[in-house]
Amino acid sequence: MNWLSEPVAASLIAMLQALVILLGAVLLGAVMTVVERRLLGLWQDRYGPNRVGPFGSLQLIADMIKIFFKEDWIPPFADRTLYVLAPGIAMASLLLSFMIIPITPGWGVADFNIGLLFFLALAGINVYAVLFGGWASGNKYALLGAMRASAQTLSYEVFMGLALMGVVAMAGSFNMREIVNAQEGLWFVVPQFFGFCTFLIAGIAVTHRHPFDQPEAEQELADGYHVEYSSMKFGMFFIGEYVGMVLVSALIVTLFFGGWHGPWLPPIVWFSLKTAAFLVLFVLLRASLPRPRYDRVMSFGWKVCLPLTLINLLVTGAVILIADPL
Amino acid sequence: MEIAFYLSALVAVLATLGVITNTNPVHALLYLIISLISVAMVFFALGAPFAGALEVIVYAGAIMVLFVFVVMMLNLGETVVAQERAWMRPRVWLGPSVLAGILMLTLIATLWGGDAGRVIGGETLTARAVGSLLFGPWLLVVELAAMLLLAALVTASHVGRLPEPDKPAVSRESGARKEAS
Repeated sequence: MNWLSEPVAASLIAMLQALVILLGAVLLGAVMTVVERRLLGLWQDRYGPNRVGPFGSLQLIADMIKIFFKEDWIPPFADRTLYVLAPGIAMASLLLSFMIIPITPGWGVADFNIGLLFFLALAGINVYAVLFGGWASGNKYALLGAMRASAQTLSYEVFMGLALMGVVAMAGSFNMREIVNAQEGLWFVVPQFFGFCTFLIAGIAVTHRHPFDQPEAEQELADGYHVEYSSMKFGMFFIGEYVGMVLVSALIVTLFFGGWHGPWLPPIVWFSLKTAAFLVLFVLLRASLPRPRYDRVMSFGWKVCLPLTLINLLVTGAVILIADPL
Repeated sequence: MEIAFYLSALVAVLATLGVITNTNPVHALLYLIISLISVAMVFFALGAPFAGALEVIVYAGAIMVLFVFVVMMLNLGETVVAQERAWMRPRVWLGPSVLAGILMLTLIATLWGGDAGRVIGGETLTARAVGSLLFGPWLLVVELAAMLLLAALVTASHVGRLPEPDKPAVSRESGARKEAS
C-alpha cells in the first residue's frame, strides 16, 4: 500500500467528500419536491400525494421515472444552442455554490478566501439560465417571464450582497469557515437582524420561490421562462429551483445561525436540523402568502430593502469602529 | 498557475474573436460573457482573486445581463443576421487588421525589452489589502468615482420619473408602465 501516501489519501478523501456533498445536494433537492407537496397538503387541509408506497414515500421515484421517459422535444423555432445550454447553467451554477459551504469542521469542498464573493458571482451567472432559456424558446410568454426574472433577480441581488456585508464586516473575512467560527459566542442573527431579514427576502426572490415567483406566474404567464421545456430539461429547471432553496437555507444557517455550532449534538446534526428548519420555512411561505403584483415587488426591493441594508451596513460599521477604534 | 493563466488567456482571446465574428447578436453576447469570465480566471491565476470575483459579479453578472436584456427586447431577427453577414466581407477586415497588427508589434516589442524577470503567481492579494489600499492612499479617487456615480443615479431617476397620475383610476396603468421603465 505504498502508493497510498499521505497527499494521495488526502486528495482522495477530499474528492469523495465533494462527490457526497454534490449528490446530497441534488438528492435533497429532489426529495424536497415531494416533501413540499406533502407539507402543502398538510397546511392547506388536504392530503397531497399519498398513493404511491407507504404515506406516498415512493412518489419521488414515480415522478423521476415519468420525467426521464417523457419525450425530450426541442421546438423547431427555438435557438438550439442556448435552449440546451440554459438548463445546464441553471443547475451547474447552483451546484457549484455548494463548494463554499462548510458543513462541519471536517466537511466542505473548498476553503476560499473570497468564499462569499464566489457565491455572489455564481448567483450572477445563474440569471443567464432564465434569460437565455426564455429567449431561446421563441415564445412570448417565455420571453416575458425571462424579462421579469432578470429584472427581479438583478434588483434583489444588489441588496443581497449588501445585506451580507454586515456579516463580513463583523467576521472580518469573506471566508465561510472564519465567519462560522466568529459566531461561536453569539449567532450573527442577533446583531445582524436586518441583514438576516433582507437576505432571506433576497434569497427567496433570487431562487424565484413563492411569493416572488413572478417569472413563472402560471395564471399570467403560463409558467414563464420554461413553458417550452419538456422532459429532463424541464426537470433541471425544476430541481434547480429546489437546489437553490437548499443552497439559500444552508447559506442562511452558515452566515446567520452559527453553522455547525450548537450544544450536545454533533455538528452534522445541528447543521442538518437548522437547514431543514429553513427549508420548511420556505414551504410554509409558499403555503400561506399570496403573490404580490409585479411593480409592488420591484418597488419593495428598491424602496424598502435597499435603504434598509444600507442603513444596516452603516450602523454596523459605526458600531465596529466605536467598539474597536483603529 | 502559469498553465491556468495561458489557457484562460487563450479562451479570452478566442471568445472575443467570437464576439466580433458572430452574426447572431445574442450568441455574440454569450461569447462576450465567456470572455469576461475567462478574464476573471486570468485575475485568479495572477493571484488577485478579489478582482476576479468582482469581475464576474459586476461585469458578467450585472452589466452583461442588462446588455442581453436590451438585445432580447429589440427582437432582432433574420434581417439583422443577414446585415451582419454583409458587413463581414473580407475587404472590411483590411484596415482594422493592419491597425491591430501595428498594436501587436508594439506590444511584443515592449514585452521583449523590459520586465523579463517577472513571473506569474506571486503572493495572493486579499480583499483586506485591496480595501485598505482603496480607502487609504486612493481615498480621493474613490470619493470622486462615488460622486460621479451619484450624479449618474440622480440623472437616471430624473429621466425615468413618471408624471403624476391625474386620477386614482389610472393607477393600474402607471403600474404597468413602471415595469417597462
